[in-house]
Amino acid sequence: MSDLLQFVFSGLTVGAVYALVALGFTIIYNASDVVNFSQGEFVMLGGMSTVFLSAAGVPLPAAAILAVVITAAVGVALNKFAIEPARNASVVTIIIITIGASIFLRGVAQIVFDKQLHRFESFSGDAPIEILGATILPQSIWVIFGASVIFAALYVFFTRTLTGKAVLATANNRLAARLVGINTNFIMTLSFALSAAIGAVAGVLVTPITLTSYDIGIALALKGFAAAMLGGMGNPFGALVGGLLLGLIEALTAGYISSTYKDAAAFIVILAVLFIMPSGLFGRAAVNRV
Amino acid sequence: MTFLTRLKSTAAAVAIIGLAAQPALADIKIGASLSQTGPASFLGDPEAKTLKMLVDEINAKGGIKGEKVELVMYDDAGDANNARTFATRLVEDDEVVAIIGGTTTGTTMAMVPVAEEAEVPFISLAGAVVIIDPVKKWVFKTPHTDKMACAKIFEDLKARGLTRIGLISGTGGFEMSMREQCLKLAPEYGMEIVADESYGPKDADMTPQLTKIAGVAGLQAVVNPGFGQGPAIVTRNFRQLNIQVPLYQSHGVASKSFIELAGEAAEGVRLPAAALLVADKLPDSDPQKAVVVGYRDAYEKATGSPVSTFGGHAYDAFMILVQAIERAGSAEPVAIRDEIEKTKGYVGTGGIVNMSPEDHMGLDLSAFRMLEIRNGDWTIVE
Repeated sequence: MSDLLQFVFSGLTVGAVYALVALGFTIIYNASDVVNFSQGEFVMLGGMSTVFLSAAGVPLPAAAILAVVITAAVGVALNKFAIEPARNASVVTIIIITIGASIFLRGVAQIVFDKQLHRFESFSGDAPIEILGATILPQSIWVIFGASVIFAALYVFFTRTLTGKAVLATANNRLAARLVGINTNFIMTLSFALSAAIGAVAGVLVTPITLTSYDIGIALALKGFAAAMLGGMGNPFGALVGGLLLGLIEALTAGYISSTYKDAAAFIVILAVLFIMPSGLFGRAAVNRV
Repeated sequence: MTFLTRLKSTAAAVAIIGLAAQPALADIKIGASLSQTGPASFLGDPEAKTLKMLVDEINAKGGIKGEKVELVMYDDAGDANNARTFATRLVEDDEVVAIIGGTTTGTTMAMVPVAEEAEVPFISLAGAVVIIDPVKKWVFKTPHTDKMACAKIFEDLKARGLTRIGLISGTGGFEMSMREQCLKLAPEYGMEIVADESYGPKDADMTPQLTKIAGVAGLQAVVNPGFGQGPAIVTRNFRQLNIQVPLYQSHGVASKSFIELAGEAAEGVRLPAAALLVADKLPDSDPQKAVVVGYRDAYEKATGSPVSTFGGHAYDAFMILVQAIERAGSAEPVAIRDEIEKTKGYVGTGGIVNMSPEDHMGLDLSAFRMLEIRNGDWTIVE
């Protein structure tokens, strides 16, 4: 019983990280139909900036906030200099641009920061909390809590606010959105800033657990993308469920079957879901109106 | 037309001046292909810095027997295809007399056939035992092997009377190779592998694997072949789960940053490592003390970054090569190779090297020190 609980704690911690990355994918996808593969680099930038700012003497909370602001600015710059000039290109072209941007950001991080692994202190210490024979680190609770708060805020944003609905409208039909008076350029900038900021928050929350280095983005983007696909691309609720589910599948496979099959099991489940429900667990079916 | 003629004659003149400016003796050209960037950059970067530093140092002192050393260095970014291309370029275009490099086992093995065919001595900086076992005529290496690391760990476990071992290994090339060596060596030392789990190189949490290992009845110790972020996370998870058996890491984590990353959880962790890591703590009677302290101070002064055992491998390779050239009194590849093979009693950062036609590494288990992390620092336990 305590074993099961331990696996669940592990799955939720890792899953919450995937969910945060998947949420970042969701926002940009909602605004532009584009899957932004530099989402993992936003997580890296959040963590690395915090490490280096706090090493430079900035207190940790201030460093974390600054890191989020810096990363959001990078997101805006990415949109302004790489995505906007290619606005009329096909979605695939823009996705390739985001892959290029991710390689570029990794290279810059290698020079601006360094190639070593880093971490900073956990927010509330490292003493494990014992629950029914299983243990969880306080930082894991921070990650799960952070993911829940961001998810709730996003849900309200997309369903209850005019700006959030404008984002959805822009994604649906950019021309029509502009015709009804939505500033689609602003919406795009906003979604890149928001998505970068969420990535950075994820980076700040997870660095004490997972450590950070210039190249952690690739693996995170892959798992986050898988989580978003599992839950249904574009749906914040799907991103959350997809992320947590992916984490749980991995942990339970490693715990009960074998760690060798951990990643394979996760991807088999995703493939199975996509075969049965091509738009993911909670995705909307794609309809092209003529 | 006149312009073209003038251009030609100018070019010819420049060429003649250029030839005249050449010293009577050609420089000794040493080639290197290292992974300065890419996934193995934390190995290749200090190696490259070390080689540059040593070449500057030796040239400032007048070179090898009056001849300047020229270093032709390429960055293969950890890609085996690049490494092979660069090795070919080094022997064919740059016409080097020896090659240092192959930061990883993968890049090394890609370069081996080129060096063998061109008959150029090649000193690898990578770990796996396959590089020198079986012995290849032109190939040498300086770092300890993963097999030795396992043997050292098993020796220590045996001395403590622990025999029921759980393995948790990363899935990278180095980790899988070391895991295999551990499995192979286990019966020899009377070890019983009671659990054998793995984790991905970028995994964030290993508590499921460790919970499973801890659940095995009669578990006496856990060994973690790994490098990168994995071992630090394994160590933290190990303490989180409060597993009450000794934890052993590999020499893959032998750097100060491991203690920083793992924090208090690193207390009591044991690992085999080269003397370089504990330069200050070696007794003055230790033959390696002067070498490792000297290299460490020079490196830290030249680069401003802390020394690592990886740079030490490059230091040893370069020194063995220079001494071989000095002894040979010639910069002919054949003569250099023969002298490298005769290296005896070379005291380096990795240990005391005694090569022979049957052994192209020349290190024994004494090259490894068993360390334990106490109060956030290394302690030698023997």
